[in-house]
Amino acid sequence: MNKKYDVIIIGAGISGCAVAWKLARYNLDILLLEKEADVATGTTKANTAIIHAGYNADPDKLKGHLNVKGNQGIREVAKKLNIPYEEIGSLVVGLEDDNLSVIDELYEKGLKNNVPNMEIVGKEWLREHEPNISPKAVKALWAPTAGVITPWEAALAMAQNAVANGAEVKLETAVEDVMTEDGKVVGVKTNQGDFEADYVVNAAGLYADEIAKMVGIEKINITPRKGEYYIYDHAKDFAVNHVVFPVPTPISKGIVVTPTVENNLLIGPTSHNVKSKTDLATTREGLKEVYEGAKKLYPSLDLRDTIRVFAGLRAADDSEDFVIEAAENVKGFVNVAGIQSPGLASSTAIADYTAEILADEGLKLSEKKDYIETREEPVRFYEMTNKERAKMVDQNKDYGQIICRCETVSYKEIVDAINSPVGARTVNAVKRRTRAGAGRCQGGFCGPRVVDIIAQELGIDPTEVKQEEGNSQILEYKIKELLGSKVMDNA
Amino acid sequence: MRKVKKDLVVIGGGPAGLAAAKTAYDDGIKDVMILERDFELGGILPQCIHNGFGLHHFKEELTGPEYAQRFINDVEERDIEVKLDTMVLDVTKERKVYAMNKKEGFLEIEAKAVVLAMGCRERTSGAIGIPGTRPAGVLTAGTAQRYTNIEGFVPGKEVVILGSGDIGLIMARRMKLEGADVKAVCELLPYTGGLTRNVVQCLEDYDIPLMLNHTVTAIKGEGRLEAVEISEVDENLKPIPETAKTIKADTLLLSVGLIPENELSKKADVVLDERTGGPIVNEGRETNIEGIFACGNVLHVHDLVDWVTEESQIAGKHAAKYIKDNYEKTGSCAELKAGENVSYVIPQKIELEAGDRKRIPLYMRVSTPLTAVDINLYADGEKLYSFSEPFAKPGEMISVPLAQKTLDDLGNVDEIKVDIIEKEGN
Repeated sequence: MNKKYDVIIIGAGISGCAVAWKLARYNLDILLLEKEADVATGTTKANTAIIHAGYNADPDKLKGHLNVKGNQGIREVAKKLNIPYEEIGSLVVGLEDDNLSVIDELYEKGLKNNVPNMEIVGKEWLREHEPNISPKAVKALWAPTAGVITPWEAALAMAQNAVANGAEVKLETAVEDVMTEDGKVVGVKTNQGDFEADYVVNAAGLYADEIAKMVGIEKINITPRKGEYYIYDHAKDFAVNHVVFPVPTPISKGIVVTPTVENNLLIGPTSHNVKSKTDLATTREGLKEVYEGAKKLYPSLDLRDTIRVFAGLRAADDSEDFVIEAAENVKGFVNVAGIQSPGLASSTAIADYTAEILADEGLKLSEKKDYIETREEPVRFYEMTNKERAKMVDQNKDYGQIICRCETVSYKEIVDAINSPVGARTVNAVKRRTRAGAGRCQGGFCGPRVVDIIAQELGIDPTEVKQEEGNSQILEYKIKELLGSKVMDNA
Repeated sequence: MRKVKKDLVVIGGGPAGLAAAKTAYDDGIKDVMILERDFELGGILPQCIHNGFGLHHFKEELTGPEYAQRFINDVEERDIEVKLDTMVLDVTKERKVYAMNKKEGFLEIEAKAVVLAMGCRERTSGAIGIPGTRPAGVLTAGTAQRYTNIEGFVPGKEVVILGSGDIGLIMARRMKLEGADVKAVCELLPYTGGLTRNVVQCLEDYDIPLMLNHTVTAIKGEGRLEAVEISEVDENLKPIPETAKTIKADTLLLSVGLIPENELSKKADVVLDERTGGPIVNEGRETNIEGIFACGNVLHVHDLVDWVTEESQIAGKHAAKYIKDNYEKTGSCAELKAGENVSYVIPQKIELEAGDRKRIPLYMRVSTPLTAVDINLYADGEKLYSFSEPFAKPGEMISVPLAQKTLDDLGNVDEIKVDIIEKEGN
């Protein structure tokens, strides 16, 4: 019989990880379940990676309440947990033919949401601070508190901190049913067995409606909404200094042009509902829409030095708002659903809010005496000076072997990524933690070595090493295996 | 941090670096260090286990490992210092090289001259933005070649290849020999990107279909690749939607171009040529930065390693001259210009004292393929001379010797231009 937990959290995306991080400071037994082989493999790994300032969210919706709080919260968490985060500010840029009054409306909405330090700026300011911006740019809303973050690192850091404080994380564990007794949650059934708990938090992202249905909640209906992107090499010589939005239309915030924390230029996303929750395919039309949208803001931007195209799916509830609430029909079940933009920006506030709901439902929150607030900064060779690198190599020679040449990632970083809490099991998990393979050659050179290191560290055969989910093995056969019988005949 | 001084530092221990180091050594520079990031010398050659190497340089046919081994032996016989598993992180225009390895840690090497010989990398599916999902089983042909020939694994058994570059053609045959079903090689252009002999020996001899004017328009599959959609393209290279068809495949190999790896060169302020992706060099293969030379695929992508060797000998020789203070510029500079139907010419300028040289080989490629061509050279607009070739295709480099005597007769000249056009009267 498995042990009984206080809280089981379903889904290790940014929301589930944030809730685990929040709850792990209390005297609680926590279990975080994830169906995939790593945290942050759903919506969290494929989005615009922005911490929104909060002027865009409707003040009357939960989004509006949580965005600004989350913006402030993430700043502290990024420091404590050493998550790469840069507060570069955002611009909503109006071009000559745009409806410029929308910018003033956003400013007003921002004031209602308590967004600090916003300013309306004009042509000259834009020329000076965004030299490549369209000559047609005449007016913009500048929100200096917007930032860029590495979303999967944020989720991972929170999960790792939760583990440091005693929480458990189980990967490749898919919830098949939620068990109830007498109108009360008692645990979950998974493909890895049953787990008992008094409280269950549904943070299953795209699948939150399916999990909710397991306890008879029908009101949540998640529609996957696709966003497509291009990402550029950080060597691209094209300055973009803020998160730059066009003037929004009633249905979309439009195509954004932004640097990432790692200084790769990112353009996107489109916004189209799709039928399948696994439809992560980019499309010719979508990519065209992205590039044309980006060109409106930055006419001189070309597609040279793009290193990858990708698509993500937003988990949009029919209410177009976050659905964070205790179930009415089942005690101990809390939904954290419909977390689309600004979900990443709101993540810490979502966690706070969820903890309050759980407390209202009767969960006792008493803080641990030995609560660990911080996470040690992972070594990131790519952002070090040569002097700092020299120092690291003096301490441990395993830093001296560079595996990923494009992003300067050492052998030691990869081994540590595999062996640390919530360790990497797949090639993409190594990439998210270390950037090995995230550069211009996209793993062309380091891929074989990363596969080899994973196989060695996990004690598995290279043909078992996966890229990401399901049957994503990279190597199917050993040489001569396909020839099997023929080789025997010739012998 | 360990600090050392060297006469010559060669970055990269592939065919280019090895030949440059050997030549410089034989020309009197004994204090040479080769820095190689892989665990062995030879660059890409150890994984090129097919034959066809060395026909020009050695006048015999070798495999890639054999070709490499001859130069590795040369370097070992001369006791040239080699550091393996060593990554160069930085090069400055003052010729300080910063490198790192497991044994010695961080190194600062002050060099009198530097030869850049880092080679090239493959263009990826992300770079060309193929729509669709991102499953396992989509990889560049060179990476698949490494897995197969070095690591001992076969990526999959139902293969489609996009691009008809040489590595793609070679891998089509290699996968077939491993028992895989190679369903098609698709090429966007109306002609192949690789050598004619590879089209014959790797595709035709093995009945592998070559689909010209075709490209991959979608990648399908969630975990592992399940299928690719291919479409014919029109004369503007745009896919024609009605022609789309789906081919079941677990592996898509890409051979869609090679890019000289000049990230280090840029750190040393070396100026690059937009057309080649490599440094702008003079006839001694010196870059705009004094004492920094470049050769091999980091300078421009070669079709045959034999030309890499020839070019690297030139670089090694001039690096040695530079170190011995025996390297004079004439004070005037003739620029080489790529004229009609020529995509580039190497070197980009001629500016050194002739010394004892008899000729300067000019390396170039055509933009579009032609049968029966005239290669015309012009000096400051005046026709210098011309000669004919039976054909010219972008996949095959053309070497045109420019005689020193011709240059001497010309005296000062500002520009030499090359056209490669359809043969007159054809």
